[in-house]
Amino acid sequence: MTDVKTPSKLEKILAAGHLAVTSECGPPRGSDPEVITKKAEMIKDHVDAINITDNQTSVTRMCSLASCIHLKQMGLEPVLQMVTRDRNRIALQSDILGAASFDIYNILCLSGDHQSFGDCPQGQNVHDIDSMQLIQTVRHMRDEGKFLGGDDIKRPPQMFVGAAANPFADPFEIRVPRLAKKIAAGVEFIQTQCIYNLDKFEKWMELARDRGLHEKVYILAGLTPLKSAGMAKYMKNRVPGMDVPDDVVKRMADTPKEKQSEEGIKICIESILRLKEVQGVAGFHIMAIEWEEKVPGIVEETGLYPRPTLE
Amino acid sequence: MIVADKKPIEEIIEYLKGKQNILILGCNECVTVCEAGGKKEVGVLASALRMYFQNQGEDVKIDEVTLERQCDHEYLEEIRDRVDQYDAVVSLACGVGVQFMAEKYHSTHIYPGVNTCFLGATEERGLWTERCQACGQCILATTGGICPVSRCAKRLLNGPCGGSTTGKCEVKKGDEEIDCGWQLIVDRLQALDRLDEYETLCPVKDWSTDRAGGPRKVIREDLKQ
Repeated sequence: MTDVKTPSKLEKILAAGHLAVTSECGPPRGSDPEVITKKAEMIKDHVDAINITDNQTSVTRMCSLASCIHLKQMGLEPVLQMVTRDRNRIALQSDILGAASFDIYNILCLSGDHQSFGDCPQGQNVHDIDSMQLIQTVRHMRDEGKFLGGDDIKRPPQMFVGAAANPFADPFEIRVPRLAKKIAAGVEFIQTQCIYNLDKFEKWMELARDRGLHEKVYILAGLTPLKSAGMAKYMKNRVPGMDVPDDVVKRMADTPKEKQSEEGIKICIESILRLKEVQGVAGFHIMAIEWEEKVPGIVEETGLYPRPTLE
Repeated sequence: MIVADKKPIEEIIEYLKGKQNILILGCNECVTVCEAGGKKEVGVLASALRMYFQNQGEDVKIDEVTLERQCDHEYLEEIRDRVDQYDAVVSLACGVGVQFMAEKYHSTHIYPGVNTCFLGATEERGLWTERCQACGQCILATTGGICPVSRCAKRLLNGPCGGSTTGKCEVKKGDEEIDCGWQLIVDRLQALDRLDEYETLCPVKDWSTDRAGGPRKVIREDLKQ
């Protein structure tokens, strides 16, 4: 896994054996670029790469690609999130080339939340290809230098290819086979769903290790600090595929309201410290939703700061 | 079969404003089975319309006919000698029947009386569910006989997505939960002792035989005369 195939800084850091740290910024529901650049300013010295979400929860926002370009212009390392919900294979390949023209070196291939959750529930979804096939597509474009249609690409994209994995969704018996399938499709790094059930995550990692999958893909453990007991309950009950154990909800609820956000950060830090010891965890993806200012503290408190510099 | 559902009568009344001679035309096939457009529904709709127009003080003649099929020339011919006496025909057939009528009888106003919904099955009386989207290239051999194109809200060929929870899809229809199509596929592969096949990647699909390729035809030279 140590061969570096792209100019991606994230790939180089992982290949050098460092625990990587990534975070994410959600683009605004408007065209003000400062929303993105301000969020990025808050976290840029504490992370190796910054994901830009692609119309997350199916709510229409500034596009991921344009937001990534803003980051690139700040000299930062973006991870272009791309969902298969809104674009067919022509548009996906076209946007990949567009991103590559700005030397965006990381992509995260996703299917995307269903449009019924967002602001256009009456809209169509595309799903011409799925997230696994998007992984295959990017690898094909990069490694073969060809479009899906078979023609040559002049200056192919050089992208480090990622995907999501949810160790907590059902059916559990195919969670690890599904990871193996993504690896077979060509995925090179994984950012997981937010982890609150550490026992279950560790079980998933163990099953992945049993098949040697941790040696075939870099797994970044996903963490989202809880802001309040209300958020913990909402995540537990309302967010599909999310596993928030009762003891986590109770710990938040038992904390006085004014101290709950602090407690949420504390849980996040404890989780990272524990997961740092799990064999096969290659880094952390800290998704502090509209709470980017907390990322530096979490990174520092967990001994992940300073971030490595590359030659 | 093709599953359809009755249109609200208010919508049908709106089409028929100012019409004097109306034919309600049923179909004895799929729409009869799903109780949306067979002889019985023709009768119910005709009675309701008669009552409505009578209450409005309008003298409107409403006839009822139910054909064996509306998607075949031979059955549609049965009304050729009388269709001209109507200034509106409400077809309770699926969209195919409505269009076949419109193509055949150019000068008659044809209105749909049902919403054509999907290709599905009768689970129980009053409950029909989708099974097929007629993509034109059946992949059921690889998915244990359960179709991800029609049963997954994202038609994922390599599912499930992260939204599958306790066998249910992240998408709901009102308060109704939907089974996760991929949970069904995994359960089925497991029951057949074929779960290892789950890890075979399904390649990018050729959708040119689906809606995307434009209006489709099946041509069988061996059957043509």
